[in-house]
Amino acid sequence: MSGAAARGRALSLAAFVGLWWGAALIARNPALLPAPPAVLGFAWHATLSGAMPRNIAITSLRVAAAFVISMLAGSAVGYIAGRSRRADTLIDPWLVILLNLPVLVVVVLCYIWIGLNDVAAVLAVALVKMPTVMVTVREGARALDPGFDELASVYRLAWRQRLRRIVVPQLAPYLAAAGRSGLSITWKIVLIVELLGRPNGVGFALDELFQTFDVAGILAYGFAFAALMLLVEGLLLRPWESHANAWRR
Amino acid sequence: MPGDAELAVRIGAKSYPAAGGRRAVLRDVAFAGRGGEILALLAPSGSGKTTILRIVLGLDREFEGEVVRPEGRLGVMFQEPRLLPWLTVAGNLRLVGGTAADIAGLLAAVGLAGTETLHPKALSLGMARRVALVRALLGKPRMLVLDEPFASLDPRAAGELAALVVRAARRDGALVLLSTHDLDQGLGIADRLLVLAGTPASLAADCPTSQAGRAPNAPARPHFKQKLLTRFPFLSAEPAPEGAP
Repeated sequence: MSGAAARGRALSLAAFVGLWWGAALIARNPALLPAPPAVLGFAWHATLSGAMPRNIAITSLRVAAAFVISMLAGSAVGYIAGRSRRADTLIDPWLVILLNLPVLVVVVLCYIWIGLNDVAAVLAVALVKMPTVMVTVREGARALDPGFDELASVYRLAWRQRLRRIVVPQLAPYLAAAGRSGLSITWKIVLIVELLGRPNGVGFALDELFQTFDVAGILAYGFAFAALMLLVEGLLLRPWESHANAWRR
Repeated sequence: MPGDAELAVRIGAKSYPAAGGRRAVLRDVAFAGRGGEILALLAPSGSGKTTILRIVLGLDREFEGEVVRPEGRLGVMFQEPRLLPWLTVAGNLRLVGGTAADIAGLLAAVGLAGTETLHPKALSLGMARRVALVRALLGKPRMLVLDEPFASLDPRAAGELAALVVRAARRDGALVLLSTHDLDQGLGIADRLLVLAGTPASLAADCPTSQAGRAPNAPARPHFKQKLLTRFPFLSAEPAPEGAP
């Protein structure tokens, strides 16, 4: 990121905090809209007590597990659907159903069928996220250059080489798009899943804070977790995407 | 089909889907070749040379007939270079199994020493085609299939590349099947010219070039060439008049 762009982002962020602070001063109701220092104070105490780091760590693990499962399974099925018209004919109706099934229905059914446990929670999130990964990767697989397939065929490349050297580099922009949108959606769904049926995690903490109408706590958890996800995107996903697309520059 | 041939091709018919049915592109094309031989498919552009090469490579299986290919490694040069743009020149060459020494030696032989770390985007079309030929030559292939290998190259570069192809055939015993629309190129490199003619194209002549002489200025060359041009005027380098079929 250039210096000017970084300054622009910092300025925008400062304007957001300023507006928030101004609105809190005008509202004069800390219970309804606490000012930034009150939210920071909650975050500080929750960090010192260990509750916030523990809940964020638990939620992060669930996000990571659901993200990895949805990316791997969604990419594999999307790739097959993109490469084979017959497979696509079979997969597409399932995809349409999964895309249109309300998140809440998937979550509740997973809890009923599997039980109130982490397997159900992670599976529910992965099932909700997987269809969008499938759609994105299917588009990528349809756009693969058949000339490179022929090259791999005449030179009899092993499937691992084909995957690593020919398929994945072509799919990289699609995988990156699926990954970035996937991460932001996944963590939001994880919170709902935790709120509905887990005894820990950020979603559970938000539920408790909701019971006491603790807006400062809700904002503290919300911003802390969003900041963590932005860090993951900025430190892992964007650099990987940039590395994978370096040859285009 | 000859019993000792490494490559035996018999294409009874080949057609493509077209509006209102199918369009026949090849009929009765049969030839054979063995290790060390250089065969040149000679015909104007759009006559089905690439289709024959794709059938020989097993990339097109929708035809009537059969193809027996030599066992072992194939070296292929498509009409376009088909270098993977995300890999460097060395990465593209290593992908098909070249050793560092082979890669460096062959790149030097085609005048591209020191380009190992470049990406294909940094190469001109002529350079990329030379890298594609190096890729085809790596690992001592049993058969080389080259689609218009000397197109878009200046005569000197074309000569250097032709020398490498001849060496692969003579020294390493590879069977070379190449396509060209240039009679002089065909005469300059091939042991046999396989001339395609007609619509759909069929094999009109299978001419050994030994009587034409190897060198471009061999005394027998003009007479041999004239005989071919008389029989197949479409092989002339002159552009066809507008509206001609």
